[in-house]
Amino acid sequence: MSDATTDAATGGPVLAADGTPLKRSLARALRRQKWRALMLIAPLLTFILLTFILPVADMLFRSVENSIVEETLPRTVVALADWDADSGELPSEAVFAAMAADLKEAATAKTHTKVGGRLNYESPGISSLFRKTGRKAKKFDLEAGGPWKEALIDINDGWGEHENWRTILTYSSTYTAGYYLNAIDMQVGTNGAEMRPEDERIYMKLLKRTLWMSCLITFACIALGYPVAWLLANLPMRTANVLMILVLLPFWTSLLVRTSAWKILLQQQGVINDVLVWIGLVADENRLVMINNQFGTIVAMTHILLPFMILPMYSVMQTIPPTYLRAAKSLGATNWTAFWRVYFPQTIPGIGAGSILVFILAIGYYITPALVGGTKGTFISNEIARHISSSLNWGLGAALGAILLVVVLGLYWAYDKIVGIDNVKLG
Amino acid sequence: MSKLPPYATTGQRVWYYAFRVICGLIFFFLIAPIVVVIPLSFNAQDFFTFTPEMLRLDPDGYSLKHYRDFLTSPDWQQALWNSVTIAPVATLLSVGFGTLAAIGLSQPHVPFRRAIMAILISPMIVPLIISATGMFFFYARFGLQGTYIGVVLAHAALGIPFVIITVTATLVGFDRSLTRAAANMGADPVTTFFRVQMPLILPGVISGGLFAFITSFDEVVVVLFVGSAGQKTLPWQMFLGLREQISPTILAVATILVAISIVLLTTVELLRRRSERLRGLSPG
Repeated sequence: MSDATTDAATGGPVLAADGTPLKRSLARALRRQKWRALMLIAPLLTFILLTFILPVADMLFRSVENSIVEETLPRTVVALADWDADSGELPSEAVFAAMAADLKEAATAKTHTKVGGRLNYESPGISSLFRKTGRKAKKFDLEAGGPWKEALIDINDGWGEHENWRTILTYSSTYTAGYYLNAIDMQVGTNGAEMRPEDERIYMKLLKRTLWMSCLITFACIALGYPVAWLLANLPMRTANVLMILVLLPFWTSLLVRTSAWKILLQQQGVINDVLVWIGLVADENRLVMINNQFGTIVAMTHILLPFMILPMYSVMQTIPPTYLRAAKSLGATNWTAFWRVYFPQTIPGIGAGSILVFILAIGYYITPALVGGTKGTFISNEIARHISSSLNWGLGAALGAILLVVVLGLYWAYDKIVGIDNVKLG
Repeated sequence: MSKLPPYATTGQRVWYYAFRVICGLIFFFLIAPIVVVIPLSFNAQDFFTFTPEMLRLDPDGYSLKHYRDFLTSPDWQQALWNSVTIAPVATLLSVGFGTLAAIGLSQPHVPFRRAIMAILISPMIVPLIISATGMFFFYARFGLQGTYIGVVLAHAALGIPFVIITVTATLVGFDRSLTRAAANMGADPVTTFFRVQMPLILPGVISGGLFAFITSFDEVVVVLFVGSAGQKTLPWQMFLGLREQISPTILAVATILVAISIVLLTTVELLRRRSERLRGLSPG
């Protein structure tokens, strides 16, 4: 507003000391400031991009990548493109000849078992077809060995099965949604995508179990964390600080120490069972089974994640003036009404922040379920780890990881909206 | 809550004490599992529970056997050495990059501040198993998988969110006119940073560093994937021990780790109070 008046008074724009218009000079200073800030951030951003973001993106890419079939069986893929899978007939002789040539090459390079393994994820049994044929494929005489249709079926009946050819055709493209379909218990059948048979649906069950157990853990943390946070926020500062150590010590203690402590406490010959037997609550011969099941996972994880619930609740409760409760009571509210109608609504942001944090951390847990979860208490992370390190179905592991990541990033976004990432507090 | 008023009814009294008992039980739940490990680590037998001798406080029931195992076993010593060489280097990387970026982020005008912040905090949020598998594949492309450098880089990435969070929190209370005053008196930006800004934010930087250190020191999922047998750290060795042949040496290691976390916790608390004093807030 003063711009206009000064302009009018002096008859020109306000100038900075060096003679440039003030407006431009300020804009330049602001731009320089922005650049300086970005230059300070740039090294770290590059570092995180290279060491963290790109690796995660690389893994996600693996969930759709499917070049192995095309690379190992190039001729067959081209020849198969003309085949109509719904005709009910086997592919033509040209396709079989292309397959024989590809197999010979693959068997020499020893890559035929890899492609067989890849296709086996989609149609169990196809791996042995490739392995068995591969043994003879090295000696194929491509000029004189035909006709290949009869020759291949002669080596293994599998080449005469329509379904196997359909599988090869379906997974011959460079990119595939097959891993994702697999991860949600679906498969590509004769009429497009369809659900797997009831007894083969494992991943959705696992995902539901992960979500359900994370919910239970979050609720257990709210129930246990709320009274403690309230006590800490309402005690005199000195006492609260001492009690706070009891919350922070578990927070700082190694995850493995806490998990091993629970493993030791919950065993059948462990401390808790010993105490129960000693009191006489439980007979010596039927000691409680508290480990390697869902109970063990829930107890141990509630203990591990409880500080993440208490700390945000505490920081919100600290800001609520105690006079509000007294005011409510002096206006005639009962203790319960005063708490429920006046105090509790003000603590909701704390509960929300803590819950999202605990849920995000719980849903991706790997170590604790692996050690105390047995087979019934494992999470989706354990299945991802299994596919990456032992079953070597990397694509499926990556697809499961991508689904987990989407859930977590959704919650992260919600957390940012509700609490703001800047407001995360540690200790 | 702090004191029961003299006019409280019986019901209020009962609730007052019942509530304290409930809170006491929850505190017990939080701390007992950690405390139980300590006496058990002095067990003279290879059991994971209290033997009758221990309960009678008989000195024969206690021994330093498991600590001796820890100190003499080459596996554990190698693991300790690996942990001690990986964590400090990863911490230095996180603190170096993290402090610079935190100073950048707390400037008054930062374009895309929210998005940048979200990216920098993400290593803390993304499930470890996803980070671990991603790094496993990606680092393998450059021959970093199974190397010391690979593990250090991975751990540095995981520690960065903690440095960013603590240092930006310290910078919130930083009085910007101090740097202007320094510049006014002729100090160049580098001198201003080291002589004026750094001493004031040092407590935050150190606590961020301790967080990054403990993150790396306790980390097991990523090192399981990115590391190879040559980078076997203490948590990895514990994980193997818990999974395969569960040996009581783990209890001795656990006790040592608890002692380390007590030291770190105390340091961070003292630093926090110092930082709040420097910023003129009442020590909380």
